[in-house]
Amino acid sequence: MFDNIFDSQSLAQAWEVFKSEIPFAIWETLYVTVLSTAFAIILGLPLGVLLVAGEKGGVRPLPAWLMKVLNVIINLLRSIPFLILMIMVFPLSRLIVGTTVGTVATIVPLVVAAFPFVARLVEASLREVNPNVIEAAESLGATPFQIITKVMIPESVPSLISNATIAFTTILGYSAMSGIIGGGGLGKIAINYGYYRYKYLIMVIAVILLIIIVQVFQTLGTRLAVKSDKRLKK
Amino acid sequence: MIKLQNICKTFDGAGGKVEALKNITLDIGDGEIYGIIGMSGAGKSTLVRCINMLETPTEGEVVIDGVEMSKLTPAELRQKRREITMIFQGFNLLMQRTCLNNVCFPMELAGMKKADAKRRALELLEIVGLPDKAGAYPAQLSGGQQQRVAIARALATDPKVLLCDEATSALDPNTTHQILELIKDINKKTGITVVVITHQMSVVEEICTHVAILDNGVVVEEGAVGAVFASPKSDAAKRLVFPAGEDESVSDPSTEKRLRVIFSGSGAASTPLISTMAIEKGILVNIVSASTRSYAGLTYGSMLLGVPGGDDNYNAAKAYLSGVDNITVEEV
Repeated sequence: MFDNIFDSQSLAQAWEVFKSEIPFAIWETLYVTVLSTAFAIILGLPLGVLLVAGEKGGVRPLPAWLMKVLNVIINLLRSIPFLILMIMVFPLSRLIVGTTVGTVATIVPLVVAAFPFVARLVEASLREVNPNVIEAAESLGATPFQIITKVMIPESVPSLISNATIAFTTILGYSAMSGIIGGGGLGKIAINYGYYRYKYLIMVIAVILLIIIVQVFQTLGTRLAVKSDKRLKK
Repeated sequence: MIKLQNICKTFDGAGGKVEALKNITLDIGDGEIYGIIGMSGAGKSTLVRCINMLETPTEGEVVIDGVEMSKLTPAELRQKRREITMIFQGFNLLMQRTCLNNVCFPMELAGMKKADAKRRALELLEIVGLPDKAGAYPAQLSGGQQQRVAIARALATDPKVLLCDEATSALDPNTTHQILELIKDINKKTGITVVVITHQMSVVEEICTHVAILDNGVVVEEGAVGAVFASPKSDAAKRLVFPAGEDESVSDPSTEKRLRVIFSGSGAASTPLISTMAIEKGILVNIVSASTRSYAGLTYGSMLLGVPGGDDNYNAAKAYLSGVDNITVEEV
């Protein structure tokens, strides 16, 4: 499959694509991923807070049936394969962005797929907060809302940053799949040239670029998480 | 200041109901440093949490400064908690905030202006002896320093009551002493009522004026520290004052009978009792262990004697010692 990958013709073709399409594809991948991550956090963060604060014995217990419903919905959304989910949310995409194809339209399924995942990550981060510190805040007269905004979230910032990085790289991976419903980006280039037209060199280049993006964001995220962690003696 | 009336607390555990507190009635006066001492699992932590309603008592009344705590709405309770603050065994500071911002925290919760809160926080850090640590994070401080920051934080809202839940149990003896001195000092200067929860006798001896001994959810003894520790009546109190194993290993109880002699007051403690008995009555005894302590300015002592030579000697020694003023004798 790779025997003619480096012949002069494929090299010339690859260079052409690299100049004309790759820069825009990188831009598309980045903005779809960044926007989807941002929206997934906007929905997932409060939901994750609810999962921890609302449980029995939490800072603001909610009715048990409501917690059960939330958990079922999250598990349900997380069980649907992304490829199927993309098609299932067509009506929602049409409602929100007016169309079901194209780069912007792929943000909708990405957010739907990612926000339950983000909620679970947030839940895990918040559970790491020392319950004794929450008790101390209660003993000082903090309201449940103050405990959430002034204790639980600020105390778990390093873990939240690490998990936001995980969410970003996962969404980046999903976004590559959205080439199937007409979403742009490096994923589309890899599929269109590599899978449909046997231009393996271009596919390899697109994949390498995806790897570089993941590496850069993971490194940045890890560094930021360590820097924000005041528990480490420096 | 604090009145506990028939407090009961029952937990629904996995293996059925657990009675953590049984019918506890205590009266803690204004400005007192009140110790609540007991072994692990005696219910001390639950009891102290009933005072600020972190645990709601199953039965009974908690009245603080004339206010019945269980009648308050959640908002009123939060307001009231600013007057009854707490320090903990694990310090429980916010690890992502600087010391200054930790001390500002309760004032921030109360909605105080930032600049005012900062000014007050700096004053408090000065009081607890850490003026130079305002910008440091808790992780950069030692345990004793973290507890000082926690004390500053607890004092930020000018409370009337300070609850100390095993506040020195994670610290070494030297640091414990310094923290207790600080609490004593603050009590003296501000007249704040302090409740000290501990399992260490030494802590109660060092700072408390009054003590309650808690055993299995019940207050078994209560009163002025000197009176309770000098002549412990209950088994739980005896276990605390005369820890098991201290005496047994020293001499062989099969060859001699044991007597415990308890002195109260410096008059008794400074009498050459054993020598006098030896000269006057010719009874020779073996001192297995002895100690003298001072509680709230009064001297107390206890001595464990081994009396060889059979029952006659033993009874004679007991009769002689019982006749001396301010001394009580117990068979062991």
